[in-house]
Amino acid sequence: MLKLPIYLDNNATTPMDPRVLEAMTPYFLQHFGNAASRNHPFGWEAEEAVDYAREQVAKLIGADPKEIIFTSGATEGDNLGIKGVYEMYASKGNHIITATTEHKAVLDTCRHIEKSGGEVTYLQVQPDGLIDLKELEAAIKPTTILIAIMYANNEIGVVMPIKEISAIARKHGVLLFTDGTQAVGKIPVDVNKDGIDLMAFTAHKMYGPKGVGALYVRRKNPRVKVTAQMDGGGHERGMRSGTLNVPGIVGFGKACEICMLDMEEDSKRISKMRDHLQTELLKLEEAYVNGSSEYRLPHVANISFKHVEGEGLLMGFNKNIALSSGSACTSASLEPSYVLKALGLGDDLAHSSLRFGLSRFTTEEEIEYTIKAISETVLKLREMSPLWEMYKEGIDLDSIVWAAH
Amino acid sequence: MKHKSKIYNHKSKIIIMAYSEKVIDHYQNPKNVGTLDKSAKNVGTGLVGAPECGDVMRLQIEVDDAGMITDAKFKTFGCGSAIASSSLATEWLKGKSVDEALTIDNMDIVEELNLPPVKIHCSVLAEDAIKSAINDYRVKNGMEAIKFEESVVH
Repeated sequence: MLKLPIYLDNNATTPMDPRVLEAMTPYFLQHFGNAASRNHPFGWEAEEAVDYAREQVAKLIGADPKEIIFTSGATEGDNLGIKGVYEMYASKGNHIITATTEHKAVLDTCRHIEKSGGEVTYLQVQPDGLIDLKELEAAIKPTTILIAIMYANNEIGVVMPIKEISAIARKHGVLLFTDGTQAVGKIPVDVNKDGIDLMAFTAHKMYGPKGVGALYVRRKNPRVKVTAQMDGGGHERGMRSGTLNVPGIVGFGKACEICMLDMEEDSKRISKMRDHLQTELLKLEEAYVNGSSEYRLPHVANISFKHVEGEGLLMGFNKNIALSSGSACTSASLEPSYVLKALGLGDDLAHSSLRFGLSRFTTEEEIEYTIKAISETVLKLREMSPLWEMYKEGIDLDSIVWAAH
Repeated sequence: MKHKSKIYNHKSKIIIMAYSEKVIDHYQNPKNVGTLDKSAKNVGTGLVGAPECGDVMRLQIEVDDAGMITDAKFKTFGCGSAIASSSLATEWLKGKSVDEALTIDNMDIVEELNLPPVKIHCSVLAEDAIKSAINDYRVKNGMEAIKFEESVVH
């Protein structure tokens, strides 16, 4: 039975898996102890639960449990990973290399570092969303201490060549930090096979609770350390103080375990639905997929519908279907998506984009409904669009001098 | 800040929407979508905005010999508020004289549609479109284009 509204904005957040909630519940009312209380069973129970969750999280990414630092989420992980390395390795250098399509949590952290006197290089991406490896290598200098490139992009779902980036980083003795938020739990991520030194990720993008995440910090080959950004009782090996969110961590662990078990099957099923959605929507004239089709997450599609504006498009069905748009009108800043612009998309295509993020709970029925609703709305809005009329008449819109307001 | 207003769906459940009912109505049932012959002498066409801004409005008026606007059509590339602003504009234009049409102010549109502050620029663009269409008509008919004061916005 089709239930409305349909949720297809899973890059923003995901519903919790009921199994995760079940695992968490005892830790609110019964086993509510502080995991750092060493002297009584309440604390021992909580610590045991945390240790177990730490193992579950580590297993998902091929790490050692000692390499997992629990945080409040990926934004904190991005801050801790980047600022933590910058401060810890200050004697080695102060140059960081990142990309223009990174999440704001990374970009803003880098701006903060620039203000404190650090140097940051923001690599441009190619039209398919991938960075140029030669450019990356050319940007490395003796003062470079960190490369920060996301594993997969939240807007277009493009997966970066992390293994290749790691090879370059290792060659020059530079650490590699990656924001793994959109990739962990969805595609196989292994910190050793992929050569990652630090990685931030979060529970709420993989059917876990909000408010808890982790930073992976490598202990061997090489041993990496970060300067704590949260000072206090010395929790998490002195790298992140603060009472642990035990129920959240338990949920996070459970979510990771489920992802590990269900990943292969889930991603086959989900990518089939995503491909079907994409194929059908691309049948509409002047519809374009943004970002590499080859190197992409199995559940994401970012599609622009030319000559139709994103917010106007969403209004046609956002009571019933939850989606995001790259349009300026949908952002708090009234600027169109900087990721789409970095791909070289004209503003008009950035304004016309919709981002689809499917989940393990998405059904084929929901996809059929979505295809129909979006197709109808696109056609209706094109009837109302002066740009569509002009395009149909053969007018080259790029040649017009607009009386911009 | 989003403008919220409560509307009831068919199950009488309250839904908090980010748009006013009037904006939604114009979006779902837009008035006067279409195209007039822009080469005709009695048709004035205003094309304002830019694709980069996410807002392009084309407003057209058809004027009779007595200077009365007998028909108005619009097409808009933009958000719900932009569509509603231009749809409303065509409704207001029909039956007015060209001179009366000049008195339509963007704040009238804001009030009528309950536009929140972040959407006021949509109404300004609609006002620009009206003035642009009128000037096009004037120039075609041997009159000078009116120089309008720069609208104060943002």
